Amino acid sequence: MLDFAWLILLFPLLGVLINGFIGNRIGKKWVGRVACAAVGLSFLVGVGVFFALLGEEHGRTVSLFSWITVGDFQIQAALLVDQLSTLMSLVVAGVSFVIHVYSIGYMAEDERYSRFFTLLNLFVFSMLILVLADNFLLLYVGWELVGLCSYLLIGFWFERPSAAEAGKKAFLVTRVGDFGFALGVMLIFATFGTLGYAEVFEQAPQVLTTGLATAITLLLFAGAAGKSAQIPLYVWLPDAMEGPTPVSALIHAATMVTAGVYMVARTHVLFELAPLSMTVVAVIGAATAFFAATIALVQNDIKRVLAYSTISQLGYMFLAVGVGAYASGIFHLTTHAFFKALLFLSAGSVMHGLSGELDMRKMGGLKDKMKTTYRAFLAGAAALAGFPLLSGFFSKDEILWRAFNSSIIPSASLRAGLWLVGIVTAFLTAFYAFRAVFLTFWGPSRVDEEVAHHIHESPRIMTTPLTILAVLALIGGLIGIPHLSAVEGFLEPVFAHHQAVPPPPAPPQPGGGSGILEWVLMALSAAVAILAIILAQYMYLVNPDRPGRLSKRYASIYKLLSNKYYVDEIYMAGIVNPLRNLASFLSRVMDAGIIDGAVNGLAAFFGRAGEETRKLQTGYVRNYGLAMLMGVVVVLGYLILR
Amino acid sequence: MIPSSYYLALSAIIFVIGVVGVLVRRNAIVILMCIEMMMGAAGLAFVTFSRYLNSLDGQVAVFLVMAVAAAEVAVGLGIIVSVFRHKQTTDVDEINLLKW
Repeated sequence: MLDFAWLILLFPLLGVLINGFIGNRIGKKWVGRVACAAVGLSFLVGVGVFFALLGEEHGRTVSLFSWITVGDFQIQAALLVDQLSTLMSLVVAGVSFVIHVYSIGYMAEDERYSRFFTLLNLFVFSMLILVLADNFLLLYVGWELVGLCSYLLIGFWFERPSAAEAGKKAFLVTRVGDFGFALGVMLIFATFGTLGYAEVFEQAPQVLTTGLATAITLLLFAGAAGKSAQIPLYVWLPDAMEGPTPVSALIHAATMVTAGVYMVARTHVLFELAPLSMTVVAVIGAATAFFAATIALVQNDIKRVLAYSTISQLGYMFLAVGVGAYASGIFHLTTHAFFKALLFLSAGSVMHGLSGELDMRKMGGLKDKMKTTYRAFLAGAAALAGFPLLSGFFSKDEILWRAFNSSIIPSASLRAGLWLVGIVTAFLTAFYAFRAVFLTFWGPSRVDEEVAHHIHESPRIMTTPLTILAVLALIGGLIGIPHLSAVEGFLEPVFAHHQAVPPPPAPPQPGGGSGILEWVLMALSAAVAILAIILAQYMYLVNPDRPGRLSKRYASIYKLLSNKYYVDEIYMAGIVNPLRNLASFLSRVMDAGIIDGAVNGLAAFFGRAGEETRKLQTGYVRNYGLAMLMGVVVVLGYLILR
Repeated sequence: MIPSSYYLALSAIIFVIGVVGVLVRRNAIVILMCIEMMMGAAGLAFVTFSRYLNSLDGQVAVFLVMAVAAAEVAVGLGIIVSVFRHKQTTDVDEINLLKW
């Protein structure tokens, strides 16, 4: 079965080709069926591979064809089918399938229906290449392709200038990260002479100095920071909400943005050889988590709240992999895919029912009018908030515990600091999640007149995916219960440590002090979540003018937060505009002025020279005679004087 | 014996007068005459060398020079007549169409 893993890639590719070339002729119904079938079949193959893998210890490399052979340099187009990549493929294909089905309903009115599904399938194909790749070059191919698909899908409604701008912004910002990533890959090649995972990871402990490892991993992390929207390269993600909601759900919540986390987990061998990089990853992850959560508190656009929430949760994942808890990070990635996709799709359903309204201040009182959507959104919000026993609770709590207890971060105060940031952020997360719930679904209806007449629940083709995801969001965490964690066990062969690095913290000894600590911290996480929900209820239901009054009292903080700390403006002023001015200068002065000037000037010079020279042709015979005489005199003189 | 340099000096002087004449005079026919003068001077030089080197080669050369001069005058006069038919003048300064 493992040898057929390439089928996982084949089906989405077929979907792209079919919908891309004849999509306009086979009609919307078939386009949707082809696209969903493509992803669905891919998922089924993934399930088959998963079960086949349960019986094996290690993964397998499935080589497709010899891609590059230049002298000694060889790159195979090969897939690494191990537990990590299989899990990722399942998440990608599974969530994609649900979203594809949803999109059939959501995009039903759109003119460029087949283009949409072609691009979605292309995206799934690219993402699967990324997670199944067996070497850094193929990873990079997948990496760039998902970036391209993201650009095309964000700017899907390209008639809207804001959408086109957002697509550009996403591509350019991630490009900055990708540049670092490319440098990292080149450095790997320069050091190891090969780009295959197996060879690199095997030789790394012997070949890499700490300095070199730090350089490589920091460069790779730059790429991750771009793709996975961490500080300082997160600014594209909120703007990316211009794209259709299924795109936001798929790319900017469940899959593409998790590529960075996957990459760090995959290259954990290299990261462990560079403790500084691990710390950087963890610190940036925690900082981003907190930072984004604070911004999400005051956003009024429902999709923006979710966007900043995604950035924040990605921060948690990086915190996890930064402290060496790779399985926890991947586990959170999985649960986040469920509940974040759920939240986005529910938000899309709300927008669909409200004829496109996305300002939460103009919503309210929807819980009876859109029952299924409400329940779905509630489930997602609760999972996001880390309500006890839901999926988000287990994964987030796992991360916090591991951060507190990491053997990779030596400084106890740093570990405590990271845990503290994590738990405060968890409080904020629960708060803003339920703020969104209460503002959107509870309370008096603040909906516009004309819109209010048309409020309706979404069709079944949209609500069924919501239900599926809601179930996953609610019970999906059970596979990761601490000490029973099937996730951790499954992924263990991938993350098994080599002798050079000490093993991760073992499960607590029975009756030992750390055992109690773990339960205490878990109880704290639960308490924090519940407290935040209660506070949100107080602020938005019981006492709805409280937030308004608070925002006036702390007006400057409120302004700072709702303007996203002015980061976009700072980037515009500090980076974008200087670059634009430089480009303008180079274009006007250097290119048009100097270079064109030189070339044209040369031509003009010869023109002038010619003009002056032709004045010799006076037409006077006597001048010519004189010239001849002069010539004779010169020649004779030379001959005589020689 | 008269030193050969006297003859050569004479030849040179006649040649220079001819050159100056070509450059200075405006009448085309006069310019042709000066060209003839230059050829005469050349012929004189040839004969001088023939005498002082006791060789007949110089005198044979003069034959050729004369023949060439004759042919040239014929052609030159033909051109002048043709130009005169167009421009009604033999003033060389007037024939200046081949200019920039």
